[in-house]
Amino acid sequence: MAQHLKSSSKSILLNILRHNIGFSSPSHASRHLRHNLPHGPPSTRLSPNPITRYCSTMVDTLSSIGSHEDTNSQVMDFPGGKVSFTPEIQFISESNDERVPCYRVLDDNGQKLTNSRFVPVSEEVAVKMYSDMVTLQMMDSIFYEAQRQGRLSFYATAFGEEAINIASAAALSPQDVIFPQYREPGVLLWRGFTLQEFANQCFGNKSDYGKGRQMPVHYGSNKLNYFTVSATIATQLPNAVGAAYSLKMDGKDACAVTFFGDGGSSEGDFHAALNFAAVMEAPVLFICRNNGWAISTPTSDQFRSDGVVVKGRAYGIRSIRVDGNDALAMYSAVHEAREMAIREHRPILIEALTYRVGHHSTSDDSTRYRSADEIEWWNKARNPLSRFRTWVESNGWWSDEAESDLRSRIKKEMLEAIRVAEKTKKPNLNHMFSDVYDVPPLNLREQEVLVRKSVKSHPQDYPSDVPL
Amino acid sequence: MDRDPHVCVMGEDVGHYGGSYKVTKGLADKFGDLRVLDTPICENAFTGMGIGAAMTGLRPVIEGMNMGFLLLAFNQISNNCGMLHYTSGGQFTIPVVIRGPGGVGRQLGAEHSQRLESYFQSIPGIQMVACSTPYNAKGLMKAAIRSENPVILFEHVLLYNLKEKIPDEEYICNLEEAEMVRPGEHITILTYSRMRHHVMQAAKTLVNKGYDPEVIDIRSLKPFDLYTIGNSVKKTHRVLIVEECMRTGGIGASLTAAINENFHDYLDAPVMCLSSQDVPTPYAGTLEEWTVVQPAQIVTAVEQLCQ
Repeated sequence: MAQHLKSSSKSILLNILRHNIGFSSPSHASRHLRHNLPHGPPSTRLSPNPITRYCSTMVDTLSSIGSHEDTNSQVMDFPGGKVSFTPEIQFISESNDERVPCYRVLDDNGQKLTNSRFVPVSEEVAVKMYSDMVTLQMMDSIFYEAQRQGRLSFYATAFGEEAINIASAAALSPQDVIFPQYREPGVLLWRGFTLQEFANQCFGNKSDYGKGRQMPVHYGSNKLNYFTVSATIATQLPNAVGAAYSLKMDGKDACAVTFFGDGGSSEGDFHAALNFAAVMEAPVLFICRNNGWAISTPTSDQFRSDGVVVKGRAYGIRSIRVDGNDALAMYSAVHEAREMAIREHRPILIEALTYRVGHHSTSDDSTRYRSADEIEWWNKARNPLSRFRTWVESNGWWSDEAESDLRSRIKKEMLEAIRVAEKTKKPNLNHMFSDVYDVPPLNLREQEVLVRKSVKSHPQDYPSDVPL
Repeated sequence: MDRDPHVCVMGEDVGHYGGSYKVTKGLADKFGDLRVLDTPICENAFTGMGIGAAMTGLRPVIEGMNMGFLLLAFNQISNNCGMLHYTSGGQFTIPVVIRGPGGVGRQLGAEHSQRLESYFQSIPGIQMVACSTPYNAKGLMKAAIRSENPVILFEHVLLYNLKEKIPDEEYICNLEEAEMVRPGEHITILTYSRMRHHVMQAAKTLVNKGYDPEVIDIRSLKPFDLYTIGNSVKKTHRVLIVEECMRTGGIGASLTAAINENFHDYLDAPVMCLSSQDVPTPYAGTLEEWTVVQPAQIVTAVEQLCQ
């Protein structure tokens, strides 16, 4: 099989070549062939093309002669690879006999299962993980209460999903770029976003990095590689694939990571992004928080497949199902997935099973569509915090005293953060018009003039906490 | 792409095939098939991909095989491309160029004859330009790639075969500037893209008949170059807009409103706008011809306005 190679002219491309060669296995060399291209004269295609993408991965290497060797097995070269024929009229079943098993390390009570394999965490990391899970839970509680008291306009909690939030963040590096849905503030928390910064965004004051333009919980921080939350469902998935493509072009030791829910997996962008990521061989982790509910829609009304994990194979993506309420399992799964994604330039799909203990948001009352008993059971009996705490304590790394110290400190910090955020002025009026473009064009400058004229003639109708 | 290694191209069949209108011909051979990326068929996905790549430092040029297909990318273009620089508080920029052939062609059928500039013009945060000659195509493309804002560059299916001598060296055309095609005194004709050529054809007839039309190719569809346009209106006091968009909600509709609002005092006659009818473009060649504005209609309109 002739190797198709194209000329390159930039040193930056040669850097990528060196990087790729370091990670590729010998079997990749034969897969540089692109099947449906016209063949050119060999003399014009001699220098190496460092950025040729590999063609269809598994199909070429799969054995085409399955168990039909005894029959008169003919093999046909349809576009896409060889397939063997079968005289049986067999439909592939719509589901396996058994559901895909779920990886976990700790049992329901937080005891390590005897034969569980996991990536070890140091005391420092484990204590930070547990503390951040507590912080996230408390932050959510206090912000939720603030909304109920009318001090915040809106909030969405991540109750029940603390392990997914924190453990996945802990397993990533700060250079990995995050494309969140909206229930992953824990990743920001792990990376160092302070309670004050969270509060500033929720109150939309002038210290908010988003300059008060977005709803609460729509955080974003370019410093921490956490892309601003866009409320539209699953649109961040193709964005993440693009970021992964960019990281791959630059040869960086980093991947893109994107989160979405069970509901998000129904969106067209989910399917397209997975397909694209597989074809582009992009280093991206797709982490699905399957928490059982999309507002009031249970998963039985969302899809009829065995959850989200089985969809990975349909696109040629390696996948795993994890107990999302088990912090150690999440940590290990994300850690391993990240390695694979970067080393092998492939996307990975992780389905983290969990339960959305809280309401969808402050605009929702979930007791209208599910039983309060169910919610209570998941909140108490299957709580990710208590399971992990048991394990951390069993190593002698935590205590009741540490717990109460932490909780009282966080509570004080939170109340102070809210107090300060509430009092801080809102962003100036000119920020209504800035950042639409890099420089405000004439029409926007005119519109600002008109608004200011209006405000001047009706000052009593203008909010007092928005500086002019 | 030579000058800046961050510039890349993505779209359907842009790589080894060279693009459905051969706009990206030879690029994949030169820059490799990762920088000139062939994507699976999902406009929303590769537009979203381009946006994500732009947020991480690349400068993608996203091609819609036909602009009409970008209707499928509307979600990403409106909600993410247009908005994220604003909602992130300026933390993330999205320097993408979204381009492709659009407009009414020769018997391409209704689905392939759409004028997307109508639908996109309201999206805050994006800029829109339309090229019409080889000269401004090169200049606008370069300017669009170098701009920090997301820019949608509208090419026209029937203009790819135009030939013109243009400078070899680098030059850019200002994205917000209109082009004075033919200065004149009697009437201002505002147009863009393919209709510019119909207008210039009509101009020949008009000159023979003794008229002196001023023809301006507005080029910048969002925002409008009201400076150039305004100066022209103040000189001639009569405006005719010739566009390919449909009557309802097109660029002409917005431009009419803008001129009336800003230059009402300078007008001696109401602004007239010649547009395509509000019908899906029929396949039959003869019918198709009559859905777009023809030079004869432009001549009649000018005569009417100049009475």
